[in-house]
Amino acid sequence: MTTLSLTGVAKSFGRVEVLRDVSLTVPAGTRTAVVGASGSGKSTLLRLIAGFERADSGSIGLGGTVLAAPGRFVAAHRRGIGYVAQDGALFPHLTVEQNVRFGLPRRRRDPVRVREVMELASLDPELAGRYPHQLSGGQQQRVALARALAPRPAVVLLDEPFSALDTGLRDQTRQAVIDALEASGVTTVLVTHDHDEALSFGRQIAVISAGRLVQSGAPAAVFDNPVSTEIAAFLGAAIVLPASPTSDGVDCALGRVAVRHDRTGGSEAGARVLLRPAQLGLSPANGTHNAVIEDVRPRGSHAELLLRTAGAAPALIPLRVPAHEGSGYHAGMTVSVTVTGGGVLYPAD
Amino acid sequence: MTVTSVQTPRRAGRGSRPPAALVVVAAALAAVLLVPLGYVVSVVLDVGWDALEPLIFRPRVGELLVNTVALVLLGVPLTVLLGVGGAWLVERTTLPARRFWAVVLVAPLAIPAFVSSYGWASAVPSIHGLSGGLLVSVLAYYPLVYLPAMAAIRGLDPALEESARSLGLGSWAVFGRVVLPQLRLAILGGGLIVALHLLAEYGAFAFIRFDTFTTAIVVQYQSTFAGPAAGALGVVLSVLCLTLLVAEAGARGRARYARVGSGAARAAVPQRLGAFTPLALLGLAALGVAAVAVPLASVVRWLARGDGWAQPELPSALTQTVLLAGGGALAAVLVALPLAWLTARHPGPLARLFEGTSYVAASLPAIIVALALVTVTLRVLPGLYQTAFTVVLAYVMIFLPRALVPLRSGIAQAPVALEEMARSLGNPPLVARLRVTLPLLVPSLAAGAALVGLGAANELTATLLLAPTGTRTLATQFWSQASAIDYPAAAPYAVLLILLSVPAVALMFVQSRRWGAR
Repeated sequence: MTTLSLTGVAKSFGRVEVLRDVSLTVPAGTRTAVVGASGSGKSTLLRLIAGFERADSGSIGLGGTVLAAPGRFVAAHRRGIGYVAQDGALFPHLTVEQNVRFGLPRRRRDPVRVREVMELASLDPELAGRYPHQLSGGQQQRVALARALAPRPAVVLLDEPFSALDTGLRDQTRQAVIDALEASGVTTVLVTHDHDEALSFGRQIAVISAGRLVQSGAPAAVFDNPVSTEIAAFLGAAIVLPASPTSDGVDCALGRVAVRHDRTGGSEAGARVLLRPAQLGLSPANGTHNAVIEDVRPRGSHAELLLRTAGAAPALIPLRVPAHEGSGYHAGMTVSVTVTGGGVLYPAD
Repeated sequence: MTVTSVQTPRRAGRGSRPPAALVVVAAALAAVLLVPLGYVVSVVLDVGWDALEPLIFRPRVGELLVNTVALVLLGVPLTVLLGVGGAWLVERTTLPARRFWAVVLVAPLAIPAFVSSYGWASAVPSIHGLSGGLLVSVLAYYPLVYLPAMAAIRGLDPALEESARSLGLGSWAVFGRVVLPQLRLAILGGGLIVALHLLAEYGAFAFIRFDTFTTAIVVQYQSTFAGPAAGALGVVLSVLCLTLLVAEAGARGRARYARVGSGAARAAVPQRLGAFTPLALLGLAALGVAAVAVPLASVVRWLARGDGWAQPELPSALTQTVLLAGGGALAAVLVALPLAWLTARHPGPLARLFEGTSYVAASLPAIIVALALVTVTLRVLPGLYQTAFTVVLAYVMIFLPRALVPLRSGIAQAPVALEEMARSLGNPPLVARLRVTLPLLVPSLAAGAALVGLGAANELTATLLLAPTGTRTLATQFWSQASAIDYPAAAPYAVLLILLSVPAVALMFVQSRRWGAR
């Protein structure tokens, strides 16, 4: 198990700067998810770590070895870093078994190791003789993982390996992959644009935006206290309301709310408060109300409500309630919204 | 510099700076491929315009020009009509026994044009002149339009035609305004290949006494060797070929013809032929009889009349054909590999330039390539004059695009990600390519080799001029016997040439259908 570290990594393609000053440490034996929108540079980051591309500046280290730095570049095949591509990239002319043992040195191509990693990746041994086109998408991804794990790499890189799978298969395959990685104890980096996937993947999450690493830390901590409202919205449903600081919290369209984290830096020039839908409670107005239902949209297992807050600066709030509760609401109905827990305070735009 | 989102960062290898060694190899190959064009230029410079002018501007050249241009102007539209019409009937209508007709339509490719001409000349001895030239060449070459048209029609998205119908267009209007524009690239590409074949063909026209630039150059060469008169005709012929090449590139336009939507296109619903069915069947049957049955019947007839199979030269001709054509195929694939790699993995102006040289060389008729190599070997490398090496080199120059196109496509389709994956599993770049990319290229390598082998086995003019004394290929032996009017003796060579061609034609047919179905 080896620690992976990146320091000040930058990369441009022609005049387009794709990554700028990225620093990240992935502790030995842990899993880190790098999350970002399409085109944010996350796949390029993975390719730099794998050695498929050369960084323009900065350094990449693995344990005590410098893999890339000014004047030094260790070729991909000498890095001992496994890579699982988005579509698995299985060799189409080789069987499952031949794919899995591809990276093993000739003298170590024993069937025991192949069986071991296939078992690790929850692959039926009967699949060994099949060709990639005879496998389902989930099986292909697990073969790709088994192939990457077979040579016992120091690090495994996963490049959106579940994005091409159907929803049901995705969850099942993701869990199988996480179990296999857990059992092998290998240091892992996953890149994904799926915030749920990133938040549930491992010990650390790193958020990348427009080529810069904007925040990293434990998933719960990053979700709880995002550096900006944009990152908050990227990581999950977010309600951002104008707020006025008071002595014991902030006043917003939903009333007085406690402040859990203050990111205004002491600025006096107005503020916004971030709340998550899970913090809101909804009940029919009983005398007092602070919102009106604009729209009710049934969505099978749940209903989506659109609320307009009362007051001088009304705001629209989307909210989800279970289907059986949704039937009790209708457009034009006045409701009372309560907030539990505090919000995160940001400076005004 | 601004931070910008990038959807697809440039992948390692693809579009990146090519290795210096690859560029040097490709540049050296391109320089060799330019020898025929260099020869044409050197003729102009050596002989000088003053001496060349009277050789070019004379009644004989005018006569050849009229014959050759008329052949191209009439022959190409006729092959397009037959090729596109046949492809449409077979792929998009309720024509009975469509698979059978699909095979019949491609079958003439397995019969070399000069064998077809021999068949017609012996069946109808009065055949001659432009009409005769048009008959034998159109029947021999229309499959060169049929194959790409068939592939293009199979790849068409029927949703476009249905949309046009829903907008009020009738069947003919849909064909003219929606289908035909989408076949533009196939028609232009196929038409160009037919035109270049018409300009380069020698044997088929010599049989029926129809003079073109190529037949005239061979006659000049036989009487004055590589003299200035042959050179002057070669200059005019080369200018015609290069003009066609440039015209075709210009006519392609900038429109996009690939399907825009996602997912797989549905299969088209065949159009009902109704009362036209007998007419379509009659037309296809007539075409099959003229293009396949007449030449084959002549060959069988002459075979039955003599004791052709007893000729002692037959085995050695077959062996030498296989060796020379096989050598040409192997050499062409080896030469195509670095050029295709450069084009597919490191596209850019340099790659386009090097690739372009192969098309320029191949667009020049075999007779020009042969004259160039005769001149160069005699003047610079006399040790290579009339050697197997020079014959193989000529085959490479003439047929290189046949290996280059499938190889380039094969390399482009072999994902770079697979090589990267192999590298991440501990394989150095070269080993990764050998273990992963090379096995994926086997079908492309085989297709390229088969297509070059087919062309080389049927090649006549360059082989006649360049082969070592005593060399007997099936084509030269056939030509030698047939031009001595010993048709029964020529027949076994024709049979062997056809049998040798069948596998490569079958491969081309299968690939075109598969390509179109994608």
